Amino acid sequence: MTFFRADNLTINFGGIRAVDDVSFAVNKGEVFTIIGPNGAGKTTIFNLVSRIYDPTAGRLVFEDRDITDVPPHRIAALGIARTFQNIELFEHATLLENLLLARHVHKKSTFFGELLFLPAVRQMELEHREAVERVIDFLNLQEYRDALIVNLPYGVRKVTELGRALCTGPKLLLLDEPSSGLNVEETDDMAFWIEDIKNLLGITVLMVEHDMNLVSAVSDRVLALNYGRPIATGTPHQIKSHPEVVRAYLGG
Amino acid sequence: MRFVFKTSYEQDIRLFRDGVAAMWYGVLAVVMLLLPSLLSSYYVGEITWVFIYGICGVSLMVLVGYTGLLSLGHAAFLGIGAYAHAYFLQHGVPWVASVALATLITTASGIVVGLPALRMTGIYLAIATLAFAVIIQEVFTRWEAVTKGFAGMAVEKPVIFGVHFNDAASFYYLCAAILALTLWMTRNLLRSPTGRAWIAIRDSEIAARSMGVNLAVYKSIAFAYSAALMGLAGALFAHKIAYLAPDIFTILLSIQLLLLVIVGGLGSLHGAVFGAIFVALLPPTIAILRDAIPATLSDVASTTGIGLVGAVGKTIGDFLKKPGVEAGFFGLILVLVILLEPLGMYGRWMKIKLFFSTFPMYKRHTFTRQKSYMKSERLR
Amino acid sequence: MQLTLNGLAVGCIYGLVALGFVLIYKATELVNFAQGDLLMLGAFVAYMAIALWGLDYWVGFLIAIVVIAVFGAVLDMTILRRVIGQPQFAVVMLTIGLGAMFRTFASVTWGSEIYTLPTPFSGVTNIAGVTLSHQYLSIIAGTLILCGVLFIFFNYTRIGIAMQATSQNQLAAYYVGIPVKLVFSLVWAISAAVATAAGILLAPVTLIDINMGLAVALKAFAAAVLGGFGSIPGALVGGITIGLIELYAGATLPEGFKDTAPYIVLLVMLAVRPQGLFGTHGGKKV
Repeated sequence: MTFFRADNLTINFGGIRAVDDVSFAVNKGEVFTIIGPNGAGKTTIFNLVSRIYDPTAGRLVFEDRDITDVPPHRIAALGIARTFQNIELFEHATLLENLLLARHVHKKSTFFGELLFLPAVRQMELEHREAVERVIDFLNLQEYRDALIVNLPYGVRKVTELGRALCTGPKLLLLDEPSSGLNVEETDDMAFWIEDIKNLLGITVLMVEHDMNLVSAVSDRVLALNYGRPIATGTPHQIKSHPEVVRAYLGG
Repeated sequence: MRFVFKTSYEQDIRLFRDGVAAMWYGVLAVVMLLLPSLLSSYYVGEITWVFIYGICGVSLMVLVGYTGLLSLGHAAFLGIGAYAHAYFLQHGVPWVASVALATLITTASGIVVGLPALRMTGIYLAIATLAFAVIIQEVFTRWEAVTKGFAGMAVEKPVIFGVHFNDAASFYYLCAAILALTLWMTRNLLRSPTGRAWIAIRDSEIAARSMGVNLAVYKSIAFAYSAALMGLAGALFAHKIAYLAPDIFTILLSIQLLLLVIVGGLGSLHGAVFGAIFVALLPPTIAILRDAIPATLSDVASTTGIGLVGAVGKTIGDFLKKPGVEAGFFGLILVLVILLEPLGMYGRWMKIKLFFSTFPMYKRHTFTRQKSYMKSERLR
Repeated sequence: MQLTLNGLAVGCIYGLVALGFVLIYKATELVNFAQGDLLMLGAFVAYMAIALWGLDYWVGFLIAIVVIAVFGAVLDMTILRRVIGQPQFAVVMLTIGLGAMFRTFASVTWGSEIYTLPTPFSGVTNIAGVTLSHQYLSIIAGTLILCGVLFIFFNYTRIGIAMQATSQNQLAAYYVGIPVKLVFSLVWAISAAVATAAGILLAPVTLIDINMGLAVALKAFAAAVLGGFGSIPGALVGGITIGLIELYAGATLPEGFKDTAPYIVLLVMLAVRPQGLFGTHGGKKV
């Protein structure tokens, strides 16, 4: 069983073919990175996988299940979580509330149960809190727990974005440019976390990234895109020396 | 300066932050229970209005403050609840059942309004609710079989399980109890996944969807719950106002309700209650000042011999007596609140509390926001 | 035919006020609920100029437009500038509050009587056996002229294009050197002027009183949404549609439908096409 597969993914926006016949497969437990110049269609692929867009052609298969027509809000329940390139946190809520919301897919309470705040609901709330605290521990976000997102610096918000995706308890994690806007130290931390996510938490990671150091450090396999078309797939080492990738993206 | 140490997760889930907060609310409860025996029935009646508007405030706060869906026609739901309740009472349905039915009918209409709302954003939703309200008001006028149109419908005081709630004090307790119940239930929802889903919808629909929140379902729940509360408030409103007519439930009433949540402080239940205090008590305050100001100032004038003071008093009194001044005051306060204290009365209350609790280390610019630029809400 | 003309004329008024809404919305993304009350103030100023001070109709027209345009710009400069950055509907409520204050001011200054505005359009023409009132014709003609001018302004002048830019990204507009604050004030001035023109054209038909603006504003709002908020031709089309529906419904359907028919049509339209006739459906790109 292939863990995740995209077959012949294509999408047109008006006259522009943003993603053109892209196929790739992600194995369970690996870190798979998509690289390419800006406008190559990387985030569009993410939006296709998380079903924000509908593909013009092609198929998405997750754990042998065709998810091409699944509505966007059911994707998280299937075990796919994502972060957003431009941080889509809930600005006027605290960090804790942001993370707690991510537990929504594991909600077992009914409306009327919540209305009366039955003991069962209280119990479940505490369980959600425990799960969130584990993620907070993992990412060292303790001191920001009760801060409103509007008051947090950019680096912390990026980490919160990651934390929120982790709180959904995913099997496949989509990271959209996790190191953009982070300084060297924060990027190193991010590299360690991605490794821990893979090794300790057993989550498969599908990543879009520009920072080639981070890509080489954590990725198992890399797909290079240009103008919506795949140009090469392989290990980071192979990709870095692939002539076409060098010409289109890496330069030098 | 008091610092609350957190030692268990329970503390974040609890209704009251800690023992001290619980004690203050207890004091408030005791005071509210004692008020009818201390004040005249006129004032008790006015405070009952505060309770009814409070329920309306909670309803609108859930929809506008927490879910971010603007409704310009909420008075329509109030009217539906009020008329439905009055109709059932007239046909001999017992009080509790009548209120339940009225609430159900209003909830259903809330869902009906909410369904097309699922596809609309921001201002389009607002105008749709406005259109709905106008149509409903016309229905109230024309459907004479049920509402008796312009002739109006008289509503007697409630009789629950044989107990008559005829006097001001008993009705006061009834409304207070229902308001307390409403606040408790809403607080429960807000500290549960449903409440968080609402906040998520308000702040970022795309992220909410990615976290598994079914937007359609939760927006509908928000409309349904908000309408249900309005139906409940409508039943009490019918009793309080004692005579229903279609021209009570106008767009202007809807706007007054919106004013309630904004002046009170958007995004908090306290704001709903503060706003209710403001909206319910402003008209009687103006009525009192209308006569009190000229009277006191003329007394001052006669004792001090400064005739100007008396003249000023008379001018102010005449101004306050002119028709339409109340609306102008509401407008002025609305403008001032949005300009000077966007967080509303509750926001100001929080700032005052912070000042006293961190005294003397309070910094004047604690709440100053950096200069913000308008980003297009069309692309939210 | 008479009915159609009547409906067209009223529709034009709605269209003009809707135009005012859309102008401000396109530029600043605020909905100005005080638009109707600016209309009312404009009509009153014109009344004072023409009836009380005995000036010529056109001079009074011009004075009213200038006064209210300046008032609109001042409103923007003093009050609305301070609420930049706040959520959209807080500002909506602000304008509602301002509108209420304007009505109270008018009530205190001019009382609750109804006033008539003398105009030079009191004749009628007979074409092919149909009586056409000059009043209604003047409304239609005035609307067409005004719209033509505005269309040219927004699409072919630098300021007009600058306004469109500012409406999409204020920060970027600052960076390219557009005087954003001035642009906003200008938009408000234009919008207020359009409202005044509508008020003066409307005055002979509905007579001047303090609530004339509110009723018009509600329908004009529906008209703007019908046409697609953010589209200038849409505002006009929406206005005319609402005007015609209102009149035909009043004439043919049982009593009570005159006021609600436009809203029913609006709801149906929004259910079918949530962005209005000419509106665009935008979404955030993540």
